[in-house]
Amino acid sequence: MTAPTLEVRNLCTHFFTRAGVVRAVDDVSFTVRRGQVLGLVGESGSGKTVTGFSIMGLVDAPGRIVSGSILFQGKDLASLSEEEMRHLRGNRIAMIFQDPMMTLNPVLRIDTQMIETVQAHEKVSDDEARARARDALGMVGIPSPDERLKSYPHQFSGGMRQRVAIAIALLHRPDLIVADEPTTALDVTIQGQILAEVQKLCANTGTAMIWITHDLSVVAGLADDIAVMYAGKVVEYGDVGEVLDTPLHPYTHGLIGSVPSRNKRGEPLRQIPGMTPSLLNLPEGCAFRARCPRAQTDCVQRPELREWLPARFARCHHPHREEAAAA
Amino acid sequence: MSVYLLRRLIQAVGVVLAMSLIVFVGVFAIGDPVEILISPDADQMERERAIKALGLDLPLWQQYGIFLGKALQGDLGRSFVFNEPALTLIMQRMPATLELALAATFGAILIGLPLGLYAGLRPNSVGSKAIMAGSILGFSLPTFWVGLMLIMVFAVQLGWLPSTGRGETVTILGTRWSFFTMDGLAHMVMPALNLALFKISLVIRLTRAGVRETMLMDYVKFARAKGLSPFRVTFVHVFKNILIPVVTVTGLEFGSTIAFSVVTESIFAWPGMGKLIIDSINVLDRPVIVAYLMIIVLMFITINLIVDLTYSVLDPRVRLEGK
Repeated sequence: MTAPTLEVRNLCTHFFTRAGVVRAVDDVSFTVRRGQVLGLVGESGSGKTVTGFSIMGLVDAPGRIVSGSILFQGKDLASLSEEEMRHLRGNRIAMIFQDPMMTLNPVLRIDTQMIETVQAHEKVSDDEARARARDALGMVGIPSPDERLKSYPHQFSGGMRQRVAIAIALLHRPDLIVADEPTTALDVTIQGQILAEVQKLCANTGTAMIWITHDLSVVAGLADDIAVMYAGKVVEYGDVGEVLDTPLHPYTHGLIGSVPSRNKRGEPLRQIPGMTPSLLNLPEGCAFRARCPRAQTDCVQRPELREWLPARFARCHHPHREEAAAA
Repeated sequence: MSVYLLRRLIQAVGVVLAMSLIVFVGVFAIGDPVEILISPDADQMERERAIKALGLDLPLWQQYGIFLGKALQGDLGRSFVFNEPALTLIMQRMPATLELALAATFGAILIGLPLGLYAGLRPNSVGSKAIMAGSILGFSLPTFWVGLMLIMVFAVQLGWLPSTGRGETVTILGTRWSFFTMDGLAHMVMPALNLALFKISLVIRLTRAGVRETMLMDYVKFARAKGLSPFRVTFVHVFKNILIPVVTVTGLEFGSTIAFSVVTESIFAWPGMGKLIIDSINVLDRPVIVAYLMIIVLMFITINLIVDLTYSVLDPRVRLEGK
């Protein structure tokens, strides 16, 4: 087994607002290896995006990384200076954002936005940078890239813009890509095309990827590992197939249960009762306990992420252990 | 593009026509210039001769018709007071106003943009709070008072700057300019600053609001995620986006600067159009008033068109096509 590309250990990113401290990311740990895809799953506000920004070093005030380490190829990103971090960003670690309509600057041409990315990290001539931009556009399946380079973002469709954003992320063949719900805003057909291409690229180049999403079906088809987040914490972590087949944590169980599927037609959907708690004043102990069908009195004690089965982690006092072990 | 320009041209003609009618009727309603122009002890015969000579004996619609016919040939009437063509009078004074307005506008951009940018990038620093407080003063202090204070401090007390007139001028292309002599520039400093004060505040606030809004956009974060230097993020990605509102507003403001330089020109005895129009209103010199207002209308139309054209250069999403 090769050394991991990224190892996040006990990461805590808090926002110090006037209303109080928001523990957006609270004790998050996971590992991503070369060529592997980690699916980071959770509801809105569970801390997925902030985890992504923490890795990129793009957490803005009033937020900051409070503790924990982000080891990228053995180097702790949390301790790097802004200037050192800038040299990694877009170069060794790239990010793709959720809304393709918003990520490209509306008043700059595509070539400007791509060439500046090339030249931010390498001293190359304009012509060479342009050639690389053209190749990257071709790689993500944009027809006649030479012409498209001269276009403005508004002349592209949403799917095409996301391809451009992905092409920008690929310009320096990064070792790690943080993809924050990159296909959520797209049509299902486009989503499928982009997923297939990303998977191919990862396999070919050995790029590791963190795929942030709330769509379990995307993760099922794409990811190797899965980390489920709830209220700023990783509540379950393990191999994607095993976790989705036999989830340990009641929250993961509920999440999978609320996905509509064909065989449950006619039956009411099983929802998770209640709402995600406010991150401003989380209850003591397990944050999920108010909504949890298996909650017991000891759930007021804070559970730790524990390896219940080989390479299967869950943050719970009463996981669905028997079902998982039997499988 | 040419279709667009043609449509704008037709619109412009409509606006000018409507404006000319309003101005003509409006000025007619203000009062009878004869009372002011003719000495009180003139007899009835003289009065009637004068009225006839000025064409004031005709009904309003006929006066308007004659005015319109002559205007089409480039004749906006003769000044009652100076007995010179009104257009010539105004054109003689226009360069003075233009250079003052240009100096004020460029000054406002040169001072306002950097200050606004700073205030937007560091919204919580003491410096930017001071800038914002200053801009409120710039907005609310009346122009005439600031003008008088400037004269009192820099001309009367300190004696650094001259307080009246244009100073030494150079004749270039048949018109006189203060821009190119030291003395002329010294004369221009105070009136230009006076005229610019409101605009500086406006540019500061626009820029700051634009920066704060743009900094939150995803594309700025994405630009940072690409590893661009903070300098490039600010001066390419943010700056080009905030230029759009700043150009629009300063462009439109340029028209108002020219139109409303009246106060500043009066205080600093700057011999521009503003001073001319005030003097003309005082003596009810109708042709000059009408001609001045017509020229201002034309100027506004031209400036609006230029702003629209600039807009399409700055923002690729704007396409100037008639639907």
